[in-house]
Amino acid sequence: MAKELKLMKGNEAIAEAAIRSGCDGYFGYPITPQSEVMEHLMAEMPWEKTGMVVLQAESEVASINMVYGGAATGKKVMTSSSSPGMSLMQEGVTYLAGAELPCLVVNVMRGGPGLGTIQPSQADYFQTVKGGGHGDYQLYTLAPASVQEMYDFVFKAWDIAFKYRNPVMILSDGAIGQVMEKVYVGDYVPRWTDEEIAKNAPWAAFGKPASRDHNIITSLELDSARQEQNNHRFQAKYREMEKNDTLYEEIMCDDAEYVFVAYGSCARIAHKAVQLAREKGIKAGLLRPITLFPFPTAPIKALAQRVKGMLSVEMSAGQMVQDVKLASEFKCPVEYFGRYGGIIPTPQEVVEALENKLIKG
Amino acid sequence: MTEEIIIAGFGGQGVLSMGKILAYSGAMQGKEVSWMPSYGPEMRGGTANVSVIISDERISSPIISQFDTAIILNQQSLDKFESAVKPGGLLIYDPNGITKAPTRKDINVYKIPATEKSAEMGMAKVFNMMVLGGFLKIKPVVTEQYIEEGLKHSLPERHHKLIPTNLNAVAKGKELIEGVNVL
Repeated sequence: MAKELKLMKGNEAIAEAAIRSGCDGYFGYPITPQSEVMEHLMAEMPWEKTGMVVLQAESEVASINMVYGGAATGKKVMTSSSSPGMSLMQEGVTYLAGAELPCLVVNVMRGGPGLGTIQPSQADYFQTVKGGGHGDYQLYTLAPASVQEMYDFVFKAWDIAFKYRNPVMILSDGAIGQVMEKVYVGDYVPRWTDEEIAKNAPWAAFGKPASRDHNIITSLELDSARQEQNNHRFQAKYREMEKNDTLYEEIMCDDAEYVFVAYGSCARIAHKAVQLAREKGIKAGLLRPITLFPFPTAPIKALAQRVKGMLSVEMSAGQMVQDVKLASEFKCPVEYFGRYGGIIPTPQEVVEALENKLIKG
Repeated sequence: MTEEIIIAGFGGQGVLSMGKILAYSGAMQGKEVSWMPSYGPEMRGGTANVSVIISDERISSPIISQFDTAIILNQQSLDKFESAVKPGGLLIYDPNGITKAPTRKDINVYKIPATEKSAEMGMAKVFNMMVLGGFLKIKPVVTEQYIEEGLKHSLPERHHKLIPTNLNAVAKGKELIEGVNVL
């Protein structure tokens, strides 16, 4: 595939990838720091190139329900927002999960709680991987740490969403959304034809031929026995995701005595902290979860058995650290360091935290 | 080679676009680059800054707090970033509006009177490119020919006729920059 080099913001890369990956529809409502997603889509006018629909809805609630409608017909549809907007969408998200509808939701996180700030944050970790909406559901959650990954993960999202009939979340933050980096973009993947939708999403409500029963899209099941069966099916699907589609990256972990665990923009900062720590003679490494659900439990457990300690680095008050502790099975000390409310930790602060909390401690 | 740069000044001075042209030029030269703006409720007349990293290797953090080079275009930014230059690093400032000059002796300090000269020459709009030229004189992190490439990619097509003016400003900047404290 021909690759073209561009310099783009993370948000623009999401939009460009949507067009090039054969997305059928984007429905959104502007909010900083992700407004460039829709800005870029509107500027590119994909409805003239690929036929993709781009629609500014009247609210986030409307956007996510338009996604529900589009997804029900087997189309590749998406929305994007930032933290306060994501909170508004949570009802729609759990309905999508309950109705087993593939779609892409992008959250470019900003500092909360409430209307908070427009600066970067990672405080929606719990919202994303522990619920957000009601009921026992999971979102397959990708955490890009570069503009290239913002681009690539849109393609990945469609594969996973349709493989499992499940919503996929790209959980990013204001820093990755706003930073401009090199991106290699590929050729346009055509949107699915009606025949391809019928083949790839035979469950979808695209018109009933006489030869089969109705395809019904709903999250409602008043017969509890059947709803328990539905839940069994969902849980089995989540276990399959854990088994087959957990992603992570290890950086300089081979000889590491201390390991940072960080995702998204914090992983970039922690990578720099690894370099600074090694300049000081501290054997540091980085484990970067690429999927937050499924969480890379097994590699963290393996590392915990041989390192002297782990530091979860987050732009939150300590959310992912709980999962790191559980994964470590307490085989080594696990500590947390973070800044929040829109403040980004510096690599120097991360090294100091490692020294103070784990090495001196 | 990794060069970590902060460019800081007033909104409207072309701080973000100078960074973008520099980043694009680096990318065209095959280097790894990142461009991280201070985004926010900023407006013309408020402060604006951007961190640009140009490197031969994969860039770890695009968010940095210590810099090899600080390019400073107003007093507020000088107050904020003088202390953030790494020892032995470089600080370039435009003396226009500066009431308290840099005081550090452990860094290289250069000044470039780009605001004044660009106004005199009727080139006020490419003031930022003059500053960029000054920087490239001291630290040629990007080769000259790629600046033109960077301009082509970062300016909209309708402004491509202004590329020679921009390159002229870069050349002027190289003549204008002068050392204040050179280690």
